[in-house]
Order: sequence, then structure tokens, then C-alpha cells
Amino acid sequence: MTSTVERSRRRKNRGPQDLRSEEELVAERRKGRVGLYLIIPGMAVLALFFAAPVMVLLGMSLYARPPGAEIGEFVPALEFGNYATVVGAYWEVFLRSFLFALIATVAALLIGYPMAYLVAVRLRGRQLMQGILLVLLIAPFFSSFILRTQAWKQILSDEGPVVTVLRAIAILPADGHLTATAFAVVCGLTYNFLPFMMLPIYANLDRLDTNLLEASGDLYASPLTTFFKVTLPLSMPGVFAGTLLTFIPAAGDYVNAALLGNNRDTAMIGQIIDSRFFKVVDYPGASALSFILMVLILALVMIYIKRFGTKELF
Amino acid sequence: MTTTSTIKDEARPKASSGADLHLANVTKRFSDFTAVDDLTLTVPSGTFFALLGPSGCGKTTTLRMIAGLEQPTSGTISIGGKDVTKLPSFQRQVNTVFQSYALFPHMTVLDNVAFGLKRKRVGDSVARAKAALEMVELQHLAARKPMQLSGGQQQRVALARALVNRPAVLLLDEPLGALDMKLRRQMQVELKSIQTEVGLTFIHVTHDQEEAMTMADTVAVMNKGKIEQMGAPRDLYELPRTAFVANFLGKSNLMPGSVTEDLGNAVAVDVAGHRLVMPKDRAVSHSGAAVVGVRPEKMRVLNLSDEYSPSANMLTGTVLDASFTGVSTEYLVEVPGIGTLATFSQNMGQAPARRGDTVRMTWEPDFSFGLDGSAKTTEGQDAV
Ligand SMILES: Nc1ncnc2c1ncn2[C@@H]1O[C@H](COP(=O)(O)OP(=O)(O)OP(=O)(O)O)[C@@H](O)[C@H]1O
Ligand SMILES: [Mg+2]
Repeated sequence: MTSTVERSRRRKNRGPQDLRSEEELVAERRKGRVGLYLIIPGMAVLALFFAAPVMVLLGMSLYARPPGAEIGEFVPALEFGNYATVVGAYWEVFLRSFLFALIATVAALLIGYPMAYLVAVRLRGRQLMQGILLVLLIAPFFSSFILRTQAWKQILSDEGPVVTVLRAIAILPADGHLTATAFAVVCGLTYNFLPFMMLPIYANLDRLDTNLLEASGDLYASPLTTFFKVTLPLSMPGVFAGTLLTFIPAAGDYVNAALLGNNRDTAMIGQIIDSRFFKVVDYPGASALSFILMVLILALVMIYIKRFGTKELF
Repeated sequence: MTTTSTIKDEARPKASSGADLHLANVTKRFSDFTAVDDLTLTVPSGTFFALLGPSGCGKTTTLRMIAGLEQPTSGTISIGGKDVTKLPSFQRQVNTVFQSYALFPHMTVLDNVAFGLKRKRVGDSVARAKAALEMVELQHLAARKPMQLSGGQQQRVALARALVNRPAVLLLDEPLGALDMKLRRQMQVELKSIQTEVGLTFIHVTHDQEEAMTMADTVAVMNKGKIEQMGAPRDLYELPRTAFVANFLGKSNLMPGSVTEDLGNAVAVDVAGHRLVMPKDRAVSHSGAAVVGVRPEKMRVLNLSDEYSPSANMLTGTVLDASFTGVSTEYLVEVPGIGTLATFSQNMGQAPARRGDTVRMTWEPDFSFGLDGSAKTTEGQDAV
């Protein structure tokens, strides 16, 4: 139906002198070079801001340190050993980064989906409530990323409300901490990337046809069954986009681990790259780590898309 | 687990025929707007019942309350003698063919049709769904998604998806609304034969009066949240009891006047100086102000020189408009003191009257019907 409407609208927008059929126009567009010209600017931007830095990074990761060189002094080479060195030293950190990102993604999904559902479906038609809730949910993210993460440090601090309560009900031992733990890092990641999870799901659920939910109820499905048989499957494109948008930046994040973690067992790969680059001034090592991170994320995302990707998205 | 077992018990298919439906004093208010107003209605098992009325009169709201998708503000609904007013929709033995079809876009046609059976844990759900698709002649499209079907095909899937559950009551909300005329007629015949075949109770909502009349055993004409009149299509057409029904269901000439004589079985009414007779058993009131009605096709159009029965009601007027349609000629005739009346005469080879001609219109008193004197004669004329 929509496509018919769309098509007739497009037809209307076309000039009166243009009497060729839609098919002819499409065929012509395919044949012509116009399309090719149109993608040139995009390709140029990609080449300049993505391909070139990646090549530089790749080159840098293979640099070697000549014997007796000063700190930060490297020469161009094909030192593949750099990769072996950093993988040997940091494979655990890679694993941890992906694990933290995965947990944060699942947590963000479990928190973000119900929120998106509440605003988009349960409050359907009540625009004022929807608006207020959306603003409340998004507004914190207008403030600085670092500040927000810093705030979590306060919330989870030993004198803060969370620790006090958890200690009082003996979930946490009397001398237990939350700051500088893996828990705090995952909390930070979950919180900071929540909007990336929630908004795509919200955008999807906002278009959900509630007639379908009524039809499902009419066909003997309980509200819970309706959710799993109708609502959730229909919102999968949103879930898919949300999980990708959360997992990718979370896996490479270093702010949360740096501010909320410790430097023993919560380090994430972003943090390592940061310190390799700016503190140790090991450019080849940092570059090799960056490159590995990129390739791993790409590989994971590809597997994910292959496995769960929906036609609507790709 | 307890919920599951209740659903199962509630939803287990009972006898394959329908059940009585009873609405008692059902009212639905949306804030200060009354959409359905104190509706009382009984639909016997196995009936094809049509709910006919103009847009916004509360038809969909009534259906939604029967389906359990809307809670009545007051009143009770019972199906097969059991009060279901508080029962949520998924526990009711009722299925709906929605105005917008509401097919699940992520499922194949077959999965759509099997959906209800699977929820009820019917063993051979797929086989039954296939059989239902066969009934609507769509078995060859079972593997398609709803988006890949035409409007008419989608409509038939929606019908199969509801019918396959053999509900006690099947609700159809203008299911043919989106179809073109030809397909619509075809589906009307199909629907009627399916209903006769399976013997279910059908509640069919429409604002197409022809559809209601040709398909239904009982038609209820609804207006502003109330049922104006209810009965067999022919009874409703031949003897409308309100101006709304007289005008909405077909056309009527309604002429206000006052009763002047009691003739025993009939009364004579003075309408702007004309004496018109109507039988008492077809009149709502027998004294004082009254509205005399007659259907256009019940009148004969005569030349002034033609003879006519002395007992007939007769009016003389000037032809304002004559349109020849082949089978008949439709006239608008201006009668002094009364206004414009519509009538037509069948084409029996006679020369039609022309514009400006003075003609005589006669009809047997038995064809007259009498409405309440306070009836607004134009009510329902332009309702859609
Ligand atoms: N959720 C609602 N909130 C407020 N008013 C409503 C709501 N649903 C229906 N109404 C009103 O109730 C009246 C009856 O609506 P309903 O949908 O039952 O009409 P209908 O007879 O089915 O009309 P149509 O033939 O156009 O489908 C309408 O005036 C409508 O505006
Ligand atoms: Mg409706």
C-alpha cells in the first residue's frame, strides 16, 4: 500500500512534460553515469577520512625500533613481530573488552527495550507524556561524556547511596566497594551507550501497528505471547541496529574503564591503546592494537549481520 | 502455567456452530462523548446479522466491545449464555476480521492463518490452516507474505484466519470496504455461502445498505450509538419506523400532516390539503400530527387523462426533472404545498413524461407508512 502511495506521489512530483513510465526512468538511471558521479563526493570523504588513516595506521604498526634509538623514535619497516608482541601481551584485555561490551549491550537492551516500548507503544497517542519522557531520557546525554561518567563515580562511591544500601542489606560486605570494579565499568558503559540502544528501538516501535497487537489478542494470544510472537519479531530491525550501535563503541571505549575501573583487572583495550600511544610512546604497538581491534570488531559485526541481519536493514 | 490452562479451556473449540450473543444495556463513553448508547440486542445462534449505519455511528465500537478490545462503560455482554463482559479478548470465543485486515507482516499467509489454532494448541493446526486457505481459494499463495498479496487476497486471508478457529461469533468490520465493486459482489456471495455452510453466528458491519440487505438474515440500523430499528431486510425496507431508517435504507417520500379521520383499519391524513390514507397497522401514531411515507417505486406516474382507482392516494404535480435510465424513468415532481417527491416508472413502452408536464401520482393506501408526527423528514438522507 505504502509503495503505491509513494509511487503516485513521486509521479505527481514529476514535471508534466515527463511522460515516461517509472520503469523507463529507472532503466535510464541505471544505464547513465549520473549515479556514478553522485557517489564521488561520498567516496572522496571516505578515502580521505577513513581509508587513508587506516593505511597510515597499518604502515605505522609495522615500524621498527632501531637499536639504541630514543624514546618515540621508529623507522619504517615490515616488523610483523609487533603484532605477535601485542597479542601476546594483551589478548586477555581484548577478551575482556568484548566481554564487557557484550554484557553492557545486553544490559542496555534489557533496560532500553522496555523504556522504548513504554514510550512508543503504551503511551501511544499521549504526545505530551511521550515528549516529556523522551526529553527526560535523552537530556542527560547533552552533557559531556566525561562529566556523566564522573557522576557515576560519585554515585558508586563508598559514601554514595548505592554502596550504602547494598552494604545495609548485606549484598555487599561491610568493606565492599563498587568503584574501581568491573561492575562499575560495565555500569558506565551501559549507561553511556543506552541512548544508542533505545533510540533505534523507539523509532521502530513507534511505527508498530497496534492493530496487530489487537489482532493477536483476538486470536487467543495472551499479552505475553503477543509480545514474543508479534511485537518482538517486528521490532528486530530496531534491536539489531541498537545492539550494533551499542556494542561497537562500547568495545573500543576507554573513558569508562579509565574513570570507573582500576588498572589491574578492568582494563579495556581502548585504555591500553591510549597509554601505549601517549604514555609509553609505543606508536607501532598502539597502531597494531588499533588495527587488531578494528579487524576484530569488523569480523564480529559481519558474523552478527550474517547470522541475524534483516533484509530491511541491509 | 495456570494462565495457559485457562486459555486452553476457554479456547477449546466447542460445537462447530455459533452461539447466541446478547448485549444488555451496553453503553460506551469516550470522555464526554457517547459512542454507543444503551444498546440491547440479541443475536440468535447461526444468524447472519448486519449492523448498518452511517460513519461514526458506533458500529466498530460495538464490535470491539463484543471482541473484548474495548470495555463497555456499563452493561453486559454474554455469549452462549455466559457473561463475558470482563473476559479479556484472548479468552473469548470470538474472532474478528478487522477493517484494516491486520495481517501479521512478518509471517507467511499460512502462519497467519494457523496463528489462532497454534495459540489454542490445536494438534493439526497446519493441516487445518491449509484447508481454510483452500476454502478461500488461496492455497497456492500459502508461502507468501501478506505484503505480496492484492487487497482482495489479503481480505480473504483475514477471513480464513478468523474462520479457521470456528469461533462462536465471527465479527466482520466492513471486510469488503476496500474491494472494488465486482470483487465485492463476489465476496458477498462467498461470505454468505460460507456462513450458511459452517453455521456460525456472523456479525457483519457495513455502511453499504445493499450489502446488508442481500446478505443478512437480520439487519439492525444504527444511528448515533443507538439501534433505530431491527428486523428482516424486507420488513425493514417495507415498514420503516423512523425517518432515519426510511431515508437511510433506500429512499422515501415523507410528508408531514395531521390525522383527520378514523376509517376503522386506517386513518386519513391531511397533507397540505391532500387527503392521504394509511393503514393503522403501518402507522406509528393514529391521531394528531403524523408523517405519511411512501417508497418511490410504489407510486405510479399517470397522465391527467389516465384512470385510477378511486381508493388510491393521489397527488398532482409538475415534473421538475425526468431522467431516463433504460429500465425506468426517474422523476422529481413538485407538488404544491408538499415539495419535491421522487418516483419512477418502469419502462413498459409508454412515453415518459417530460419536464414541465403535469402528472398524477397514485399509490395504494396499503403502501403508505406512518411515522411519528415530530419526525424530521430529512433525517438520514445524506448519511453515508
Ligand atoms: N478511542 C476513542 N476515543 C474517542 N472517541 C472515539 C474513540 N473510538 C471511537 N470514537 C468515536 O466514537 C464514534 C463511533 O466510532 P466508531 O469507530 O464506532 O464508528 P463506526 O460506526 O465504526 O464508523 P465507520 O463507519 O466510519 O467505521 C465516533 O464518533 C468516534 O469518533
Ligand atoms: Mg468502523
